[in-house]
Amino acid sequence: MSTLVVVVASLGYLVLLFGVAYFGDKRALQGRSITNNPFVYALSLAVYCTAWTYYGSVGRATETGLEFITIYLGPTLMAPLWYILLRKMIVIAKSQRINSIADFISARYGKSAFLGSAVTIISIIGIIPYISLQLKAVSFSFDILTQQGGPQAFFEGTSFYQDTAFYITIILAAFTILFGTRHLEVAEKHEGIVAAIAFESIVKLVAFVSVGLFVCFGVFDSPIDLFQQADKIEELRNLFVIDQNHGSQPWTWAWLTLISMSAILFLPRQFHVAVIENKHPNHVNKAIWLFPLYLFVINLFVMPIALGGMMEFSGQNVDADTYVLSLPLAYGNEYLALLVFIGGLSASTSMVIVATNALSIMASSNLLVPLLLRTSAIQGDFVRDVSGRLRSLRRLIIIVILILAYVYFISIGQGTSLVSIGLISFVAVAQFIPSMIGGLFWKDGNMVGAIMGLLAGFMIWAFTLPFASLVQAGIIESELIEKGLWGIDGLRPFALFGMEGMDKVSHSAFWSLLVNAALYVIGSLYGKPSVIGHTQANLFVNIYKYTGGQTESAFFRGKAQFVDIRLMLNRFLGYEHSNDLLNRYARNHNLELEKIKEASPHMVLYAEKLLSGVIGAASARLLVGSVVKEEPINLYEVMNILDETQQLMRYSQELERKSEELRKATLDLQSANERLKEMDALKDEFITTVTHELRTPITSIRSFSNILYDNPALEDEKRAEFLAIIIQESQRISRLINQVLDLEKMESGHADWNLTQLDVGLVVQESVRRLQSLINEQEIKLHLDLPNHLPLIRGDKDRLMQVVINLLSNAIKFCKPDRGVVNVRMVYTDEDLILKVSDNGEGISPEVQPYIFDKFTQFTDHRSGRRQGSGLGLSITWRIVRYHRGSIEVESSPGEGATFTVTLPLSETRRLPMKTPSFNRTP
Amino acid sequence: MKSNDSASPRVMIVDDEPNIVTAIDFLMQQQGFQTASAYNGAEALRMMEAFQPDLLILDVMMPVMDGYEVASSMRKEDKWAGTKIIFLTAKGAEKDKSQGYGAGADVYLTKPFDNKALVEKVRDSLDLDW
Repeated sequence: MSTLVVVVASLGYLVLLFGVAYFGDKRALQGRSITNNPFVYALSLAVYCTAWTYYGSVGRATETGLEFITIYLGPTLMAPLWYILLRKMIVIAKSQRINSIADFISARYGKSAFLGSAVTIISIIGIIPYISLQLKAVSFSFDILTQQGGPQAFFEGTSFYQDTAFYITIILAAFTILFGTRHLEVAEKHEGIVAAIAFESIVKLVAFVSVGLFVCFGVFDSPIDLFQQADKIEELRNLFVIDQNHGSQPWTWAWLTLISMSAILFLPRQFHVAVIENKHPNHVNKAIWLFPLYLFVINLFVMPIALGGMMEFSGQNVDADTYVLSLPLAYGNEYLALLVFIGGLSASTSMVIVATNALSIMASSNLLVPLLLRTSAIQGDFVRDVSGRLRSLRRLIIIVILILAYVYFISIGQGTSLVSIGLISFVAVAQFIPSMIGGLFWKDGNMVGAIMGLLAGFMIWAFTLPFASLVQAGIIESELIEKGLWGIDGLRPFALFGMEGMDKVSHSAFWSLLVNAALYVIGSLYGKPSVIGHTQANLFVNIYKYTGGQTESAFFRGKAQFVDIRLMLNRFLGYEHSNDLLNRYARNHNLELEKIKEASPHMVLYAEKLLSGVIGAASARLLVGSVVKEEPINLYEVMNILDETQQLMRYSQELERKSEELRKATLDLQSANERLKEMDALKDEFITTVTHELRTPITSIRSFSNILYDNPALEDEKRAEFLAIIIQESQRISRLINQVLDLEKMESGHADWNLTQLDVGLVVQESVRRLQSLINEQEIKLHLDLPNHLPLIRGDKDRLMQVVINLLSNAIKFCKPDRGVVNVRMVYTDEDLILKVSDNGEGISPEVQPYIFDKFTQFTDHRSGRRQGSGLGLSITWRIVRYHRGSIEVESSPGEGATFTVTLPLSETRRLPMKTPSFNRTP
Repeated sequence: MKSNDSASPRVMIVDDEPNIVTAIDFLMQQQGFQTASAYNGAEALRMMEAFQPDLLILDVMMPVMDGYEVASSMRKEDKWAGTKIIFLTAKGAEKDKSQGYGAGADVYLTKPFDNKALVEKVRDSLDLDW
C-alpha cells in the first residue's frame, strides 16, 4: 500500500480523533457532557488494551498458548472488587483533589514529597518500556503495510531521521501535547481525552474483531474448520494444554494474573482514567461487567488468528506479533489491512496519550514543582502567572518521556516481543500494591513502611528485569547472569537465593513483592507516623466517614492573608480561572470576596486542594505552607478529632464521665436518703419528745382524778389543791399542743402571717403589761428603756408579741430569785431595730448555748435541778424572728445572767411578702 | 421524810415533775408508808443514806442524773441489795423496759399509771399482804 495513503489515512484518523476530543470538550463546556455515563467510562478503561493486546496477544499465544489470557483474567477477576476498591479510591481522590497515583500515595502517607517523587520515578522508569512497545508496534505495522504496497526506500536506512519510529514518536508527542496540556487543573478532568479514548476503544475493537471474522470466515470456512485443521497439528494442539512441558506453568499463570490485577488500577494511565477522570463513583457499578465483557470480546479471536497465522505462515519467517496485519495482507485485503493498522494506531495512541499525560502530571507535580519551589525559582516573584510555565513544563516532560521511550526502543526493544516488554512494566507497577492496598484499608500503614517497601521492591525489580535484560541483550557486558552480583551465586538476577525454574517475570514479581510487602508491614509497625501522616491515614481509610463533612478543617488551623491565597491561585490556575473558583467559593459560603482580609482555615484548605489538582498534594502543601501561619496542633488533638480509637476513647471517657455523674447522683441520693433518715429520726425523736411531754401532764391529771374519785371524803383543802393541779396540767397540755402546732405550721410554711405596719415599742409595752402580774408576784425589778419615737416596721403583731413575751418570761423565770432584775431596752439605727432582754440569773452554760434555739432544749432550773418549760418557746421565737428577716443571739456567761438580742432589719421587713415563705431549716 | 413510824415500809419517790411526786406521795402515805421525795437522781442518791428506803419509785428522764444511772449505781453496792426499785416512766418501749430491768429494776411501770396498779405493785414488792 502506498505510504502516502497510509500517512494520509493515519493523519486523517488523528484529526478525526482530535475532532472527537474537541467535541467532547465543547459539550462539556456547554454542560452536556458526552462522557458522563458508565458506557463511556467502561470504554475509557479499555485503554488497558494497547498494541500489546492488539498485536502482542497473538504473538504470545503462538508461544505459550492460552497463557496470554492471564493479562485479561486478572482485570476480570479484579472487576467485582472495584465496588469496594475503586469506588473508595475515587471518593478519596475527589475529596483530596488528587491528580495521579504518585499524588495518591504521597497524600496517603502524610503528603510526603519524597514518596511522591519515588513513585513518579518508579512509574517513569517502569512505563518507558511500555511506551516504547507502542512505538515499536506502530512503526513495524507501518513498515509492513507500506512495504507491501510500494517503494520502501523512503524509510530505509540506519539514521534515526530515516527511522519510522522516530517520526511516529514526534507525531505522538505533538498529538499528546495538543490533547493533554490544554487544561492545567487535572481535577477538572479532560472530557475531550476521555471521549477520544472511548472512541479509540471502539475503533480498535471493531478492527480486531474484523480481522478475527476475516480469519474465521475468509481464510477458513468457519471457526470449526479452523480449529479442526489446527487440531491435526500437534504443535498447535499443545497450545491449549497447560502443563510443565509446554512452558506455561501454573506458577506463571498465578503471577501474571496477580500483576495484571494490579495493573488494571495502578498503571498510571489506568489510575488516570479509572480514578481521576471518573465522573461519578456509580459509573463503576456498570463498568464492573462492561469492561470484562469488552476484554472477552477483544480476546475472542486471539486464538483463531494465532492458529490461522501459524498454519498460514508455517515455515516462513513472519513475526507472530504481526499476524493480525500480515494475514489480511497475505490475502490481498488491503482495506482490511488499513483498518487493522488504524486499529493498532488507535490502541497505541490512546495508551501513549494517556500514559505520557499521566506521567507528565506526576513528574511536574512531584519532581519539578517541588524542585522549583525549593530553589525558589517560582517563589521569587509572586505576581506573575506561572500557569503558563507549568504548561510548558508538562509539554517538555511529555517530549522527554517519549524520547526516552524511543531510545529504549532502539537500544533493546527491537529484538524483544511486545508482551515481554509490557510485562516488565507490569511488575514495576505491581510494586504499588502494598502501599496502595495497605494505604486504603490499613490505618497503621505509614510512610516509613511505604518508602522501605517501594524502594526495596523497585530495586529488586530493576535488578531482576530491566537491568538483567540490558545485560542479556549485551548492552552491559557482565557475567552477572551466570555468576550473580559480585560473584555471589545467590544473587543471580533470574535465580535469586537459588530459586530456579521460574520464568523471569514471575521470579521478579515474587521476590520484589515479597520483600516489598514484608518491609511495608515491618516499617509500618515500627515506624512512627507524623501528625499529618496520621491524619491522612485516617482520612483515606475511613473516607466514607468524612465525605461531605469538613473534618480536615477541624484539625487544620492555618490562616493566611487572603491576598496571598488569591495571588497564589492566580499564578498557578491563571487569573480568570482562579477568579471563577474564588467567586464560586464565596457564593457557596455567603462571603463577599472584596471584604475578605484573612482566609479561614477552610478556605486555605480549599485553595490547597485547588492547587493540588494542578501541582499535586505534596507541592501544594509546600506552597500553601509558605503563606500560611499554621497554629501548632499536637498529635493528641489530631487523634482526638479523627482517630477512631481516640473516638472510642472519647466515647469511653464520656461513659466514664456519665458513670461518674451517676456515681455522684447515687452519692447525692445516698446522702439525701441519709438526710431523710436523719429527718425521720428527728421526727421520731420529736414525736417521742412530744409524747413524753404530753404524758407527763396526763399522768398527773389521771392520777389526781383517780385520787379525787377514790377518796370522796377528802378534806376540802386537799381537794382544792389537787383540782388546781388538774387545771394547771390541762392548761399545760393545751399550751404544748398549741406550740407544737404553731411550730409545725411555721416549719412547713403553712403558718398564716398577718402583716401590718406596726410600732414594736407598743408591742413591747403590751407584752410587759400582760406579764405585769407575774413580775409583781416575783418581786422583779423591770427596767424598760424605749425611745420616744420608733420607726414602723412591717410585721405580724401577735407573733412579735409572742417573741417579746417568750424572752421576758424566760428572763423572769431565770433571774435571781430575790432581787431579780430584768432589763428591756430598745434602740434603732438607720437599718435595724434592736431589742435587748437581759436578766441577772445564773446564765446559760456555754455548752448549751449553741442548742438553745433547737426544739425541746429545756433549761434546767439551777435551784431545783428541774427542767423548765416545753423546750419549744425559743425555737418558735427563732422562727418568728427569722421570718421577719431578723436575727436573734444570746450572750451569757455563768453567773452573769443572759442577754437575748433581737435585730430586725427595717428595709428587709418592708419588703416582706404577703405570702408565707416556707421554713424548712432548723437553726 | 414525812413519817416517823419506824415499823412501816419506807418508800422514796424520785421524779422531776412535782405534781407527780405529790400524787404518788399521797398514794403511798394513804398506805401508811413512810415517804421521801427527790427531784433528780443525784439528789435521790444523797438522801438515801439518811432515809434508808425499802423501795424506790424511780422516774427515768430526769436532769442531772437519770433513773437508769441511779439504779445501776445502787445495784453496785451491797447495802442497797434489799432495796426494791420500781421504774415509773413515760418511756414505754420494749427496749426501754429491758434497759430498765438490766439496770436492776424489780418492776417497770409506764406513765400514765393506774393508782391501784401502782399501789398493788409496791405492796407486792414489799411482800405485804392486803
